[in-house]
Amino acid sequence: MIKEQDFLKDIASYCIENSKKLGATEVGVKVIHSVSENVSFRNKKLDESNRSDSFALNLTTYIDKKKSSINSSDLSKSNLEKLIERCIDATKITPVDENNSLPDKDLMSKKMEDLQLYDETHYPNDKKIEFLEHVEDAASLDDKIVNTESGFTENKNNFILANSNGFQNGYKTSNFSSSCVAVSRINGTMERDYEFGSKRFLNDMLKPDEIGKIAAEKAINKLGPKKIDSEKIGVIFDKRISKGILSTLASAVSASAISRGTSFLKDKIDNEIFPSSINIIDDPKIQKGIGSQNFDSEGVENNSLKLVENGILKNYLIDTYYGKKLNLKSNGRSGGTTNLYFENGNLSFKELLNLEKKFLYITETIGHGGNIITGDYSVGASGFMVENGELTYPVSEITIAGNFKEMFKNLILANDLEMKYSTNAPTLLINEMTVAGK
Amino acid sequence: MSNFFKNSDIDASQAEAIVTETLKNCDDGELYLENHKSESIILDDNKIKSSTYNSDQGYGFRAVTGEVVAYSHSNDISKESLKKSSDNLKDTLKSKKGTYNHEIPKTNSKYYENINPIENKTFNSKIDLLNNVNNYLRSKGSIVNQVTANFLGEHKSVEIIRSDNQVLKDDRPLVRFNVSVVLEKDGKKETGVYGVGGRQSYDDYLKDESWKNICDEAFRIAAVNLESKPAPAGEMKVVLGPGWPAILIHEAIGHGLEGDFNRKKTSAFHNLMGQQVASEGVTIVDDGTLHQRRGSLTIDDEGTPTENTVLIENGILKNYMQDRLNARLMGTKSTGSGRRESYKHVVLPRMRNTMMLSGKYSQDEMISSVDKGIFAVSFGGGQVDITSGKFVFNCTEAYEITNGKIGSPIKGATLIGDGPSILKEVSLVGNDMKLDPGIGTCGKAGQGVPVGVAQPSILINKMTVGGTKL
Repeated sequence: MIKEQDFLKDIASYCIENSKKLGATEVGVKVIHSVSENVSFRNKKLDESNRSDSFALNLTTYIDKKKSSINSSDLSKSNLEKLIERCIDATKITPVDENNSLPDKDLMSKKMEDLQLYDETHYPNDKKIEFLEHVEDAASLDDKIVNTESGFTENKNNFILANSNGFQNGYKTSNFSSSCVAVSRINGTMERDYEFGSKRFLNDMLKPDEIGKIAAEKAINKLGPKKIDSEKIGVIFDKRISKGILSTLASAVSASAISRGTSFLKDKIDNEIFPSSINIIDDPKIQKGIGSQNFDSEGVENNSLKLVENGILKNYLIDTYYGKKLNLKSNGRSGGTTNLYFENGNLSFKELLNLEKKFLYITETIGHGGNIITGDYSVGASGFMVENGELTYPVSEITIAGNFKEMFKNLILANDLEMKYSTNAPTLLINEMTVAGK
Repeated sequence: MSNFFKNSDIDASQAEAIVTETLKNCDDGELYLENHKSESIILDDNKIKSSTYNSDQGYGFRAVTGEVVAYSHSNDISKESLKKSSDNLKDTLKSKKGTYNHEIPKTNSKYYENINPIENKTFNSKIDLLNNVNNYLRSKGSIVNQVTANFLGEHKSVEIIRSDNQVLKDDRPLVRFNVSVVLEKDGKKETGVYGVGGRQSYDDYLKDESWKNICDEAFRIAAVNLESKPAPAGEMKVVLGPGWPAILIHEAIGHGLEGDFNRKKTSAFHNLMGQQVASEGVTIVDDGTLHQRRGSLTIDDEGTPTENTVLIENGILKNYMQDRLNARLMGTKSTGSGRRESYKHVVLPRMRNTMMLSGKYSQDEMISSVDKGIFAVSFGGGQVDITSGKFVFNCTEAYEITNGKIGSPIKGATLIGDGPSILKEVSLVGNDMKLDPGIGTCGKAGQGVPVGVAQPSILINKMTVGGTKL
């Protein structure tokens, strides 16, 4: 069973009081309990069952402008006593940094909304097994599918965030997720693809046969890929990977990258970085949202934020420390974005595919080829050729490359946004990229 | 004596009895106990940005029968918690019946000392060194835009309790020291990163001003990249330098030779045992026994002593890397490759130090044989799709080769290839094998473990370079 708030509060208070006794001038602490149960199947048979029950404690102590932290999973008071002492000792000899401090009191979150982030339903393992049997049955229908692996994870969390300025709050969250990976084979070569879904509430989950069916279809469609010639061509990003463009943007507009001067978007605030039709929003207050939160990881209140409005960069993602460096107030983005998304474009998926005679449609990228400092981008990719609006044949062992500055400016969105992850984007087209193949 | 039950309401013999009772109808399993201390001290933007000390302890209780793994882990090493986990495991496997294999090889070897790197260098001296690094690099001129340096140190004690009171123990130090510098010239910014590490004390890597070499190398790479021009796009010859570029081996074939993917027949290599998978001069091993290396282990996380496993010998596929479960199901023995990130994770067959051994050619011979291609000296990271065999890695220092001569540096680009065929494209193997500096972390199924790589210079006949210049 997940621990109640009072249990976590007791530990948080103990840490704050003891740190102050030993000389801390400010203290921040987070105590987390999580219980997770996972069942996985392979080729229609039970493969693994995994139960996890874990605590985590993060404590940061300040002595004037000096700061140090400890993390521990052992919440016994005898252990905490030793660790707090160690933390204070390290704090005393860490050099001063004038930007170290708890958040301003007037920025702290004061209200709690019910964002519908916790479903107390417990789905017993027998039920998970039954669910996965349906997933696997649906995934194994075609005899080109030679291997299936699927999993169901139920996750329950509770936490308390507290500091020496009197803030103390927390809440429970839940996650139910299921995935299926299918491997297809033809003429001795194999391809792999997947489907995945994660929801706050059990009843909102994708139906098991849908998950299996989609994974199998995707794996079969990839069979027999060709390597294409190297060329400059318009590249369409499938929804599964178009969200990566937003993750890059988020890293590049984090106050840390901006204040360190290591972002290709430094000095671009109030400049047009996307076409004027583009709006990008980060909203922590979406009901049942995977990235929703009542306050950020420092307890600072956060609300919907327009990062990009009509193509113009309007806001950075700011926490207390880097905010002070930039002379800006925290906007509650310690810990990063919440529910980040592009507002829908004007074109349907079909219309987007028909904009030109020929496109490359990418469904998967591999490698970590994005450079936030220069904006250079180069990754391995696989997907399909699109000719006259139709997906004609699978493509693999190629790379796509460009620079984010130009890619952002040449971006066209479809209108098929779905809120499936914490970061979400519709299908998108980048007018010209370099494809390296043969 | 075990320290894990010191503050517990249960003693070692009671825990051993629970293990034996839980596993009596199982093929395999163990209680894995772990105490992990680690620290991270980071200097960034002229300040000590963070100093963090982590203390983590817990157990992972595993029962295996047939292909089914039941696992339960917790921070709470108590009678109640262990009983609950035991009930959980027995419930999952209630319809199965196995026979416990008590055999586990023993070793007297030790590949690293039981030291705690966090405690044997003072906090103050670490802070001083970080500040020295910052000052040293910034003294190289106003071209230096940003400096980041960090200490990462850990000490992990593990204890593995198998059925019938077999207890295996290991104490593992690990350190890493990294420097990253951003240079700016004419509005252009580039990064250089270098680091060192292994299973010794920090000072074994940093003494006598040798930290300056780390700074100089990071600075050199960034300076080279400031002069870089766009990378070419398309298929061409590629010469890889010795050492760290062996992550090509790790991605291209290492993962594909892990036992689980081959038992499940989802690896592109699963039906290639005994066959020619590489050019004749290519021999690749995965060695867990190198002294003090990042990927080395005295025993793996199931208690099996590690070994030097020959994967490919003169181009022929000889062995997969195995943990106990996959070895049993494939009718072979564990190669001491069963690893886990922590007590929170199940065991998987993993790489340790993966190395291509030296051949007979010089790097000069390789470069002078290339009309048009690239010379890749250092990489960021890589990734592989085990099933299709396609793999990538990102160059962080590379040059063009024209008519047998090294030319301008080129911008970072991704290289992509096909695992089962790439080693057949290796036409020359160099005589200059080198180990990487001790910085690798391998990710698989969400678990990160420290690994090493090594290789000599090699010439690859054909690879796709993912630049922007056609």
